[in-house]
Amino acid sequence: MEHFIELRDICKSYGQQAAVCNATLELKKGEVFSLLGPSGCGKTTLLRILGGFQYPDSGRVIVNGQDITDLPANKRPINTVFQNYALFPNMTVWDNIAFGLRVARMTRKEINVEVDRMLELIDMQDHARKKPGEISGGQKQRVAIARALVNKPQLLLLDEPLAALDLKLRQRMLIELDNIHDEVGITFLYVTHDQGEAMSLSDRIAVMNNGSIEQIGSPVEIYEAPGSSFVAAFIGDTNFINGQVKEKIDHDYIRIELEEFNSVLAWNDKQLNPGERVDLSIRPEKFRLFRNKPEATPYMNAVEGTVEDIIYLGAQTKYWIRVGEKLVSVQQQHGRFLLDETPITWGENVWVCWHANDGYMLQRFDEEDASMLPLPPEEDLEDDEEAQ
Amino acid sequence: MKKHNKPYVEWLLTLPSLGWLTLFFIIPTIIVFAIAFKPAGVNGGIGEGWTLESIRNLAQPSYPEIIFRTIWISVVATAVCLFLSTPVAYWLALQPPQRRQWLMLLIILPFWTNFLIRIFAWKTLLHSEGWLKYALVSLGLVSPDAILLYNSGAILVVLIYTYLPFAILPIYAAAEKFDFSLIDAAHDLGASRIHAFFSIFVPGIRTGLFTALMVVLIPALGSYAIPDIVGGASSEMIGNKIAQRTFVDRNLPHASALSACLALAVLIPMMISLIGRDRRFTKKTGGKKA
Ligand SMILES: Nc1ncnc2c1ncn2[C@@H]1O[C@H](COP(=O)(O)OP(=O)(O)OP(=O)(O)O)[C@@H](O)[C@H]1O
Ligand SMILES: [Mg+2]
Repeated sequence: MEHFIELRDICKSYGQQAAVCNATLELKKGEVFSLLGPSGCGKTTLLRILGGFQYPDSGRVIVNGQDITDLPANKRPINTVFQNYALFPNMTVWDNIAFGLRVARMTRKEINVEVDRMLELIDMQDHARKKPGEISGGQKQRVAIARALVNKPQLLLLDEPLAALDLKLRQRMLIELDNIHDEVGITFLYVTHDQGEAMSLSDRIAVMNNGSIEQIGSPVEIYEAPGSSFVAAFIGDTNFINGQVKEKIDHDYIRIELEEFNSVLAWNDKQLNPGERVDLSIRPEKFRLFRNKPEATPYMNAVEGTVEDIIYLGAQTKYWIRVGEKLVSVQQQHGRFLLDETPITWGENVWVCWHANDGYMLQRFDEEDASMLPLPPEEDLEDDEEAQ
Repeated sequence: MKKHNKPYVEWLLTLPSLGWLTLFFIIPTIIVFAIAFKPAGVNGGIGEGWTLESIRNLAQPSYPEIIFRTIWISVVATAVCLFLSTPVAYWLALQPPQRRQWLMLLIILPFWTNFLIRIFAWKTLLHSEGWLKYALVSLGLVSPDAILLYNSGAILVVLIYTYLPFAILPIYAAAEKFDFSLIDAAHDLGASRIHAFFSIFVPGIRTGLFTALMVVLIPALGSYAIPDIVGGASSEMIGNKIAQRTFVDRNLPHASALSACLALAVLIPMMISLIGRDRRFTKKTGGKKA
């Protein structure tokens, strides 16, 4: 009974266009699972299939070992928090929450107890008699959650529940959602295109792209060991380095001949052999910058470059370093701020260093995904000037 | 500055429609009410002075039956129209936009034929040798010597036929604005599609239903041509009596008294419901009005 909800090979298309193809997911009891992906990648479609609002063209939906693919939404032990809340406008907050209980033909006494319990959970006792039009966005959100939870579903689906809220409220609701999850302990399936929300809330994340699931894993796995160039570029920022395996150094490490600059060392977790193509992803914060060539240490890479651009971000600084043909994005956390220390400036010669373990080999690389990465701002300007 | 200008501009903008309504609706209504208190002239005109003669005449023994019939036919026709239109509007609003336009065209299509011609067409259909009668008889739904024409039933059928598009249009307009994710939400919370339809959709489009009610009930109460053509002597409605007082008896005060009665029967409930709604509105906004 480890996998309590399963989606098996779900496919769904609208006319010619495939919205979801071959999606397979397994949710564990009590976890917060996020579907993360860019707009239009099929997250809502997958959620609606699980909720019973749409039926898949092929594939099965299984809850607790029971096939519910053909069960309509009102017969499923699953409730949904809709993206636009979908609160009933002509009912009070109280009646909205009581709706599911009334449909289930509970007695008046039971309904009173349950609704009051939910109102307490979302801390809205004082607003029970108001209509949805008379409460704020965050309050509507909480009512929508309470209304979905009151029937004690086994799985709660949340479709971008915070998208309509402003940043401050979003952060507060995120904490509140986490608290509610701790309290009720049921499985949450959370849909979002915001990686920050997904990372901070989830036990596991499925990254979707173009209707298929690219990778499933914990936030750390997704960030540190992205399976494809899409995942690497969509979650956070990264540098892609492509080359060819030149030689095996020892059992674990290889030397890579790069197209753009000199050869580097990398951890050979995919057990590649000399001659094979390799695509590395290195996160900007894994690099370290030095004015002078650092002393050589085992498995350390050091390449020389010039500073093209500096973006000061407060807590960090982002550098664009030109190494040979390539622009490398480097992010440095600030240590202690020393007034007498002269910071690295434009045009300076620097050494970019990283450990062989810091690069991660991608299983799949797609040129297009590299274009998702941000470009240095100056670069665009110069291009414009040249064009004129 | 701007705020100061606003009421003045608003007045200017409402003036044309207000003038039109005053000239062609409020003044004629007042005239009708006034004539009800006038004596009848010798040659079908209006006499001098004031009298309650026409009001007293409303107590005629034949009137209660006609008034009762007018009300039940109109109410049943309205109820059937609303009952049929609501699912149609629901279905229409869920169609893809392009198909919706075609379907709307089909609903409006009957208006391209003259109203009277369509009623006469019903006369042919319901006639004892008409094919509708023939079809019903051969299906065994109606006995061969039943008369489908010249009775209240015929009036009811033709009233429903005539006013159905008028009921669909405002209900559809409301349904089109309805947020159908609410139906999904109700369904999600365990309600069946039918339950969601009645508990969420119907209250959600109540403004459209109210408009449809007005648009069907008011003209139905005052209908004249339909009962005149497909109705018989035993199924007269108030409209027919008013016409009879005007054209046959040439007694305008009597006709006016009847008309005033009908107008009040429509206006009073409407006023009450409007005031009720206004009060609910002011309560909601905390007594503040923009
Ligand atoms: N009813 C529909 N008819 C036709 N195409 C649709 C329909 N619903 C969704 N699609 C298409 O299916 C694809 C997936 O849509 P979906 O709504 O699942 O995306 P999403 O990942 O939820 O995006 P977002 O983050 O913008 O909400 C999109 O390309 C969309 O255009
Ligand atoms: Mg979506």
